[in-house]
Amino acid sequence: MAAKTKQSASLDRKKLMADPIMVTTIVVLITLLTLFILYPLAILLVDSFVGDGSFSLSVFQRIFQISSFKRAITNTLKVGFVVGILSSLIGLLFAYVEVYVRMPKFTGGLFKVVSMLPVVSPPFVLSLSMIMLFGKAGIITRFLLHIYDNSVYGYWGIVIVQTLTFFPVCYMMLKGLLKNIDPSLEEAARDMGAGRLKVFTSVTLPLMLPGLGNAFLVTFIESIADFANPMIIGGSYDTLATTIYLQITGAYDKPGAAAMAVVLLCITLLMFAVQKYYLEAKTAATLTGKASRARMMIEDKSVRVPLTVLCTLVAVFVIMMYICVPIGACFPTWGYKFFPLTGKWFTQVFTRYKGFKAFKDSFMLSLIAAPITALLSMIISYLVVKRNFKGKGFIEAVSMLAMAVPGTVLGVGYIRGFSGGLFHTGILQGLYGTGAILIIVFIVRSLPTGTRSGISALRQIDKSIEESAYDMGADSFKVFMTVTLPLIKDSFLSGLVTAFVRSITAISAIILLVTPSYLLITVQINEFAEKGAYSLACAFATILILITYGAVLLMNLFMKYFGTSRKMKED
Amino acid sequence: MSNKVLIKDAVKKYGNFTALNGVSLDIAEGEFFTLLGPSGCGKTTLLRMIAGFNSIEGGEFYFGDKLINKVPAHKRDIGMVFQNYAIFPHLTVEDNVAYGLKARKVPKADIDRRVKDSLELVQIAHLAKRKPNELSGGQQQRVALARAFVIEPSVLLMDEPLSNLDAKLRVQMRSVIKKLQRRLGITTIYVTHDQEEALAISDRIAVMKDGHIMQVGTPNEIYAKPQNPFVAGFIGVSNFLDCEIDSAGITSIKDELKIKVPLRRAYSGKAKLSARPEQLFFSREGMPGEILFSTFLGDFIEYEVKLNDGQELIINEYTKDTTEVHADGEKVHISFDPNRISLYTADTEEVLSC
Ligand SMILES: Nc1ncnc2c1ncn2[C@@H]1O[C@H](COP(=O)(O)OP(=O)(O)OP(=O)(O)O)[C@@H](O)[C@H]1O
Ligand SMILES: [Mg+2]
Repeated sequence: MAAKTKQSASLDRKKLMADPIMVTTIVVLITLLTLFILYPLAILLVDSFVGDGSFSLSVFQRIFQISSFKRAITNTLKVGFVVGILSSLIGLLFAYVEVYVRMPKFTGGLFKVVSMLPVVSPPFVLSLSMIMLFGKAGIITRFLLHIYDNSVYGYWGIVIVQTLTFFPVCYMMLKGLLKNIDPSLEEAARDMGAGRLKVFTSVTLPLMLPGLGNAFLVTFIESIADFANPMIIGGSYDTLATTIYLQITGAYDKPGAAAMAVVLLCITLLMFAVQKYYLEAKTAATLTGKASRARMMIEDKSVRVPLTVLCTLVAVFVIMMYICVPIGACFPTWGYKFFPLTGKWFTQVFTRYKGFKAFKDSFMLSLIAAPITALLSMIISYLVVKRNFKGKGFIEAVSMLAMAVPGTVLGVGYIRGFSGGLFHTGILQGLYGTGAILIIVFIVRSLPTGTRSGISALRQIDKSIEESAYDMGADSFKVFMTVTLPLIKDSFLSGLVTAFVRSITAISAIILLVTPSYLLITVQINEFAEKGAYSLACAFATILILITYGAVLLMNLFMKYFGTSRKMKED
Repeated sequence: MSNKVLIKDAVKKYGNFTALNGVSLDIAEGEFFTLLGPSGCGKTTLLRMIAGFNSIEGGEFYFGDKLINKVPAHKRDIGMVFQNYAIFPHLTVEDNVAYGLKARKVPKADIDRRVKDSLELVQIAHLAKRKPNELSGGQQQRVALARAFVIEPSVLLMDEPLSNLDAKLRVQMRSVIKKLQRRLGITTIYVTHDQEEALAISDRIAVMKDGHIMQVGTPNEIYAKPQNPFVAGFIGVSNFLDCEIDSAGITSIKDELKIKVPLRRAYSGKAKLSARPEQLFFSREGMPGEILFSTFLGDFIEYEVKLNDGQELIINEYTKDTTEVHADGEKVHISFDPNRISLYTADTEEVLSC
């Protein structure tokens, strides 16, 4: 048996080496990953540990004396911790209600939509509406409740906004896990005399614990990597991401920023390692069972009523936040005159604030990045799932690593790595400051998600289908194009749209790298929000939301008519 | 405290589909009662209605004198053993068994003693500290049993608890269950589609088909006096023969055999006769036929016999009653004891024999 697999592995390898296209692809991939993911991170290390040509900790000593940096670390961890907990709890609430509780069609549908809304929305949207609804001049705080000194800036502002932004991620993760719990476990507990609450605390919750830990850590990572929300609503409450940004744009201290980025990177990598290798395995171990029969939905009023109330509160809040953006874009003078609503800001976006250029630039760059990302992630997942070769571990690990790298860290890495050419030698220096480097950042930022979904799609394809194509004499490129690609068309398409949406809404790395020759929507929104021009920011954001939803809608439409795997999924 | 269970006209609907259509049962205190029937006949559905996991669309369910239709599952005082065991994967064996006692707020010292006793009862006391994923299928089954028995529920429900075990273990666990139930005297409702298991384990059996009860009786009654052709065919092996009853009450089969079968009411016309292989025998007179094939099975010999019109019958002859083995191709005549076979009307399949 062992000998046989060894033999087939070496056979695989031989087949591979006889295939020049495949070899070239692998070499190119490894080069690209090294150059655009590993190298910028490595240069950060080099920058922060090497002073005057020799190893030194002086940069770290220096930054750890900056009190605002130390404060930023505690702030970041504090926010991450609380956001992680709150998001997991709200995610669990919505997931539980969907999987366990009988809801009227409308309410159930509404909750589902609410818990999906933030997934496809650009950053800052929630921050903007938070300020407009609850800030000093907030519609609710000032004009409804007549509170004149409410401040949303700072800790609580970030926590609320991030929680609403990230709980959908937890909801999706936990929903999948809850569905996997065998209902007969809970029934067994009930017939032994445990009430609903007791069943939940003694069976459901313990089974979910590793999954909850997983959700917590994923949100924690997202939270500490988040740049846009702390930037707009953080006020003087700085997190690591914003501090690094200010260290570069304000203090012009690039080596210091690099060292700070290393600190941030270490935190996220540590969390990522725990999540990936410890918790994911544990989750799989406790919840291996397949549900043996359909779950009896809970109909007891004592459960339904309080959960409905809770969910409704969150839902109303989320919806309010989203409605606020387009309406906020229509107020004549924010803070003084709300009526009659006007379209003048939308006009001004295009007439006075170079809206056309901003949308054209964002759109073009994302439109170029998206197909490249989708193709690359398909190729990587194909190689990882279907092929055996030296360097496979490297490709897999580096694409995973990119998932744990905060955008701000990557941005600093690119500045340090490319502004003076490779290793400050001037090679490839032409890249810095061009649209190409923005496209590359877009690609690197969306590659991990694309690769992950590509891998799970490919794992479902039977290997024998492809083998029969080989037997008929096709080479690997041909097999990929004619057999594999059609089978994973849907996954490719959704990868394409996700990459597009992620790119056009990206900010954290981009804001460090963009030059005045490119105007990007997200950067514009950030600028106007910083200046307090909320109506303009809202107008930009509204159009951006329309673009992203349009893209998602288009994809769904396309899948409906041309999808291949739709039917398979429904079975 | 054990309870009798009374079910009156239970109705279960899934949307437009009626899964149970007026099922009534009267189960005595301490009885081992089995629901037996082909897949999809509604056994699990009925059991889950008793447990409180399915809504009840019609009828009344009583434990003792108490109407339980509206009592929630966790207040019904039941124990349930699931087909997939449903052992809590995050708890050790002893914590699994203690779960129900804790939920009932039994004092700690009592819990320890009862858990220990019941683990000994199912012979897995040495595994008390293990986690479920460190147990074999049979051991998990024992945990599930101990967990259900330990709370001494007023009614114990089991849904095909043995179907995931291999044949040998199934027989072994069958007797473990039966002995435990006898010893503790807990009213037990057991679901299976395995007729041999049902006959071996039950005090009484209800045979179900398409959401109806076809017959309720002791294993012996069900086997010896099936009340309709479905039960006759589903339990054990039966030979079916078309026949005609004349106004004098004489049953004639294919004009070859005329015999007077005692009837419970006057009837004349077309009828259907069912006979077990061991209820048929070779005789001087009777239906002529030819032996096709014989199988020697130790304590009996099984013959396949072809009648003149081509129909084939199975006949068992016990080795203790005979010395000779009939050869293939031998011409024989077949008859039966009129007091032991069953007769049904041809159209309504109502039982006619006593
Ligand atoms: N949740 C449900 N929704 C719709 N129909 C159902 C549902 N559960 C069961 N049924 C139907 O009710 C009928 C009885 O199902 P039940 O599970 O009681 O069968 P069973 O006798 O236990 O069969 P088996 O021996 O296969 O377990 C079946 O026809 C089944 O398809
Ligand atoms: Mg069943």
